Amino acid sequence: MNDTAPTLEVRELRTHFFTRAGVVKAVDDVSFTVRRGKVLGLVGESGSGKTVTGFSIIGLVDPPGRIAGGQILFQGKDLASLSEAEMRHLRGNRIAMIFQDPMMTLNPVLRIDTQMIETVQAHAKVSREEARQRARDALGQVGIPSPDERLKSYPHQFSGGMRQRVAIAIALLHKPDLIIADEPTTALDVTIQGQILAEAQKLCAETGTALIWITHDLSVVAGLADDIAVMYAGKVVESGPVSQVLDAPLHPYTVGLIGSVPSRNRRGEPLRQIPGMTPSLLNLPEGCAFRSRCPRAEPNCAVPPPMPEYRPGRFARCIHPHLEEAVAA
Amino acid sequence: MTVFLLRRLMQAAVVVLAMSLLVFIGVYAIGDPVEILISPEADQIERERAIAALGLDLPLWQQYLVFLGKALQGDLGRSFVFNEPALQLILQRMPATLELAFGATFAALLIGLPLGLYAGLRPDSSVSKGIMATSILGFSLPTFWVGLMLIMVFAVQLGWLPSTGRGETAELFGLRWSFLTWDGLAHMVMPAINLALFKISLVIRLTRAGVRETMLMDYVKFARAKGLSPARVTFVHVFKNILIPVVTVVGLEFGGTIAFSVVTESIFAWPGMGKLIIDSINVLDRPVIVAYLMIIVLMFITINLVVDLTYSLLDPRVRLESKA
Repeated sequence: MNDTAPTLEVRELRTHFFTRAGVVKAVDDVSFTVRRGKVLGLVGESGSGKTVTGFSIIGLVDPPGRIAGGQILFQGKDLASLSEAEMRHLRGNRIAMIFQDPMMTLNPVLRIDTQMIETVQAHAKVSREEARQRARDALGQVGIPSPDERLKSYPHQFSGGMRQRVAIAIALLHKPDLIIADEPTTALDVTIQGQILAEAQKLCAETGTALIWITHDLSVVAGLADDIAVMYAGKVVESGPVSQVLDAPLHPYTVGLIGSVPSRNRRGEPLRQIPGMTPSLLNLPEGCAFRSRCPRAEPNCAVPPPMPEYRPGRFARCIHPHLEEAVAA
Repeated sequence: MTVFLLRRLMQAAVVVLAMSLLVFIGVYAIGDPVEILISPEADQIERERAIAALGLDLPLWQQYLVFLGKALQGDLGRSFVFNEPALQLILQRMPATLELAFGATFAALLIGLPLGLYAGLRPDSSVSKGIMATSILGFSLPTFWVGLMLIMVFAVQLGWLPSTGRGETAELFGLRWSFLTWDGLAHMVMPAINLALFKISLVIRLTRAGVRETMLMDYVKFARAKGLSPARVTFVHVFKNILIPVVTVVGLEFGGTIAFSVVTESIFAWPGMGKLIIDSINVLDRPVIVAYLMIIVLMFITINLVVDLTYSLLDPRVRLESKA
């Protein structure tokens, strides 16, 4: 499993926001690894720090936030040590990002060709004509019909699904080594969602691009990802290969997440909910942040739990994990 | 587009008609010019002859219809005071006011946009805070006081700039302009800056607000995620999006400057339309007042049309036809 060097290795990443109300630890000890051609599903509720993790990797955390610790090793280089100019050279070139809301990611007053050609020319010394050619090819690649005409359109002339395809085409322009996709299908119809997922999968397999797929939707991850990292209140609470995590979750939070997804096997039963709400990041409980909602919580959960490796590549941040079920599975 | 323009033209005609009625009645209500124009020593026969010659013996509605009929033929009446066509009188003064208004608006954009951009991009720096504090001064200091101070400092004490008049003019398109000669330009600097001060502050605040709002948009973050240079992000992605409010306000301000730069023109003895209208109001020179206001109405209609057309250039989502 360790024969190829990872495209991205995040080690104990901490991204904190220094607000007037206090330090918000949006990302607090996040570690994961993504290999060439593999898909990592980064799962969690809103506010769990998934998106901030993505922005930390691509270096777009805005003040008052900043990376307060840890390493982001991209092909062995620590991104946190790069200058802004070096980072810009990677952005959109080797590392690309796709955003959640396709209605908002394209600039409404600029034509598609402007927005694509500028991306090509930001990283490649090519003529406008050559850049336009590449833009057109990229649009064709993501399945946009008559790309030549579409290049001359403005974003508002596209549907949401089409706009997300354009955003994906822009991300693909330089055949990046890593794509961070931040809930790119959440705002789309289920049918479009399926098409985009299939294309993402094909892309990774064909080009060896590593993909971080940020989502709150476990069913999307189940079909797409190779590995999964579950985040809660800024921390990765469980990670491992997708089948192992979904079939035999160790952390009570993961168990709760899986239980709240409707399933054919439990037809007729009420959905299991996780009681309570995500705690405020300004005011986290001592120790395990999940303990106030956790059915297995005991007094010793008030001590910050370690994150041991239960099996090779299989981590969970809990001192009362669901080990029995995992063994049985 | 054609439909849009036609509709606007019809709307404009209605507005002009309504305005002419209002102005006519309003001016009639201000006072009787006869008292001011005709010498008190004149006897009854002379008075009546003069009143008849000015057309003031007819009832108001008839005066209005006569005015309307002549206006349709391009005749807005003759000035009681100068005995010249009012339109010609106003048009003679127009270049002076126009170049002043253009100068002030140009200065407002040239100074206001960069400062506003800077303040919007670095809201926490002390320079930005200084810019914003100064812009409050620009808003609140009265024009006449700033004008007098400018004259005191730059004309009286330092002696750098002339304080009154248009200076040397040169002819272009059959009209006389100050901005074509050095001397004229030197005369223009102070009144233009005086007029521009408020506008600069306005543009700074609008630009800053727009930049701060736009910087938070996803498409700006996406542009950065594409690896574009900060300059490209700022001047292409952000800048084009903030121009709509700026164009709206600057357009209206421009109209306001042409129509009502009375204070500045009086202080600097700038022979523009503002001075003409204030003098005309003082002597109740009705034709000039009415003609002036009609021209101003037309000008505002034109400016608004230009602003609307600019929208469609700046923002592709604005479709002019859809209003039809």
